[in-house]
Amino acid sequence: MNPVRKRRLIVTLLILGAVAVATALSVFALQRNMTYLYSPSEVDAGKAPAGHPFRLGGIVKEGSVHRVPGSLTTDFVITDRFQDIPVTYTGILPDLFRVGQSTITTGSMKHGRFVATQVLAKHDSTYMPPQVAQAIAKAKEEHRIPADAGHGGSQ
Amino acid sequence: MNPELGQVALILALLLSGLQCALPIIGAWRGSKPLMATARSLAIGQFVFVALAFGILMWSFWTNDFSVAYVAQNSNLSLPWFYKLSAVWGAHEGSLLLWMLILNGWTLALVVFGGRLPEAFFSRVIGVLGFVAFGFLLYMITTSNPFLRQFPIPANGADLNPVLQDPGLVFHPPTLYMGYVGFSVAFAFAIASLLGGELKSTWVRWARPWTNVAWGFLTLGIVAGSAWAYYELGWGGWWFWDPVENASFMPWLIGAALIHAQAITDKRDGLRAWTLLLSIFGFAFSLLGTFLVRSGLLTSVHAFAFAPARGIFILVYLAVVVGGSLLLYALRAPKVTGGKSFALASRETLMVIGNLMLTVACAMVLLGTLYPLVGEALDIGRISVGPPYFGPLFLILMTPLVLALPFGPLSRWGKADLKVWRNALIRIVALAVAAGIIGFIFGARGWYQLLGVTAAVWVMAGVVLFAIKRWREAPRGKRYPFEMLGMMLAHFGIGVFIAGAILTTSMSVEQDVSMKPGASVDVGAYAFRFGGVTETQGPNYHAQQGTVVITRNGKPVVTLHPQKRTYVGGQVQTEAAIEAGVFRDLYVSLGDAIGDGAWSLRVYDKPFVRWIWGGGVLMMLGGFAVILDKRFRLKRAVEPETVRAKPEPQVPRKLAEGEA
Repeated sequence: MNPVRKRRLIVTLLILGAVAVATALSVFALQRNMTYLYSPSEVDAGKAPAGHPFRLGGIVKEGSVHRVPGSLTTDFVITDRFQDIPVTYTGILPDLFRVGQSTITTGSMKHGRFVATQVLAKHDSTYMPPQVAQAIAKAKEEHRIPADAGHGGSQ
Repeated sequence: MNPELGQVALILALLLSGLQCALPIIGAWRGSKPLMATARSLAIGQFVFVALAFGILMWSFWTNDFSVAYVAQNSNLSLPWFYKLSAVWGAHEGSLLLWMLILNGWTLALVVFGGRLPEAFFSRVIGVLGFVAFGFLLYMITTSNPFLRQFPIPANGADLNPVLQDPGLVFHPPTLYMGYVGFSVAFAFAIASLLGGELKSTWVRWARPWTNVAWGFLTLGIVAGSAWAYYELGWGGWWFWDPVENASFMPWLIGAALIHAQAITDKRDGLRAWTLLLSIFGFAFSLLGTFLVRSGLLTSVHAFAFAPARGIFILVYLAVVVGGSLLLYALRAPKVTGGKSFALASRETLMVIGNLMLTVACAMVLLGTLYPLVGEALDIGRISVGPPYFGPLFLILMTPLVLALPFGPLSRWGKADLKVWRNALIRIVALAVAAGIIGFIFGARGWYQLLGVTAAVWVMAGVVLFAIKRWREAPRGKRYPFEMLGMMLAHFGIGVFIAGAILTTSMSVEQDVSMKPGASVDVGAYAFRFGGVTETQGPNYHAQQGTVVITRNGKPVVTLHPQKRTYVGGQVQTEAAIEAGVFRDLYVSLGDAIGDGAWSLRVYDKPFVRWIWGGGVLMMLGGFAVILDKRFRLKRAVEPETVRAKPEPQVPRKLAEGEA
């Protein structure tokens, strides 16, 4: 093999190797670090992973926000208007966190409560994150069928 | 002034941009002088009309013309005048208009300073920019018209989003867009040379200052955005790997790679195909960035309501620009490639490694940013990819780059002297290890901190060694030409940034606390005493203002006043109070009243956080310094005949002063 070709071969192999390593790392990292978003209905149906962090999106239910006196812990309920999930968060809530508005929380289920490590509310008060809107729309869709079949009690 | 005039101005600009795309390119193809000569006047005309439209929108904000829907949505009678004016680019429609104005500004700069380029090439460049402008104007007029009227006219506007009522709004979007759009020049050069079927290294040399300036602006824009998020969003972070931050970071990575690739093509005539490809991708990522931010496709701090028509136009436009460019590249690139080869141990190899790591990092960021969209499209689920993915991967990818960085400038083009590498390696390792030990003595604990200090000094030592080498070897007066100075500034800035990023991340003390007036909490070496909350009034908000007295060893350091503002529109916004310093920031942000007179407070001690932005500013200065170099000036005097066959009737352009 002439020197130029040999060098090109080495360079090409190096690049391919680097790309392969990068791809493997990326895919590995992606799989480990994706967090899924679920609506309260999906959590209620047991679709959320147990013991693994996920995101819970929905609306902060009216009249559900209670502070634990003297501490930074707040209890509230996230709803998609079909199912409710009680949430506990310790820390400072964002400015736009208000009842009746959409929010996304990150955390995991512990003894029937969602223990949140992060609460996000968006900066535009009329804005609903598309993912939350979809989750609520999906919940509506799924609940209409049992409602039509006479199982309205679930609402 | 009448908003309909603005609308008409935009439509006229659209027509001119269509002509600006078609006529000069046809002229260059047919060799028709009169057609090519239209490039200048069309570009100037388009600039005039877009500037007119921009001025009219500004006037509408100034005069509180709430019959314009965009003004009514983003302004208010009590809004201070400087926010009224910068509210012009506070939302979707207006920020597109700003984008257009800046694109026209860059085109105008090319018309003014680019007169020495060969006529046909220059015409193609202006034509390509005309095409970009046409797409944007069409998008604006069809889907995002800022001059839309609304009836009945509201008595008052809805007010500008409180997060945007900040000096950050005045600087962050314009500088960021200067960067984004600036890459259009390199892009236009690449497409023009592909269209023409030849790539002279002198033209790449000529594109270099433009790329450097654009990258400098982009750096500044990102730094401004990061600093803004730090104090305005109220949780004291400086980078979140938010999709929109990623959107600006991707063109930055490609831009950094492009700067180095262009240098190789300019000086060694190598890597031509790669330089062309990066020029295309640099601008493609700028477009993607603009659209990711503006389309609302992604859930992020910048997200706005999403309109499907906008999304589809964006996809089509991106497909045309990127797909078309790549197709052209595939067809024409074999014609323009070539250049000198280089040994495995050479400056080129090191720069190629750097290029590779930067582009792979960009691909990694792209994957993580778009994966949620793909996941949703494929119905895998609603996924988010966060810092745990980006952070470690970015660190891994940047390690080889940081390790190689000091040796690039120290080695020769073509074939490096291994002895030089060995000597440099010994010195750099010695300095970096010494820095680690000094850091340990001064109280740095934990491998992460020590690693940070070592890596920062590793990079900085390389720059210092290079400076000493030049001082010894080069004759007086030629030691540090501006091009080299720019490189040294930017590389040193990377060292400063590494120190800041790693030390802040590992040494910050952050606490959320509940305090009653008179209570005190210790954070690091400081004591924060809460003095209660009082009411206060601003121009368009009323606020609850806390008082926090900070002491160190009993001696007063500073008194901070964090605020919780309620704006006239009813939106609540936290204003953190920060005592900034070279070596540490003290940061207090007010939470909520939690009963019994107690408040929740967020208190931070953030060492070295300013170094992050200081490093960014050094990188920006590096980008700007390069354009002062004689290298980009001399060429005119050396080869005017070959560049232009016929003397222009116009006065010779003063490129050098203009670029300065």
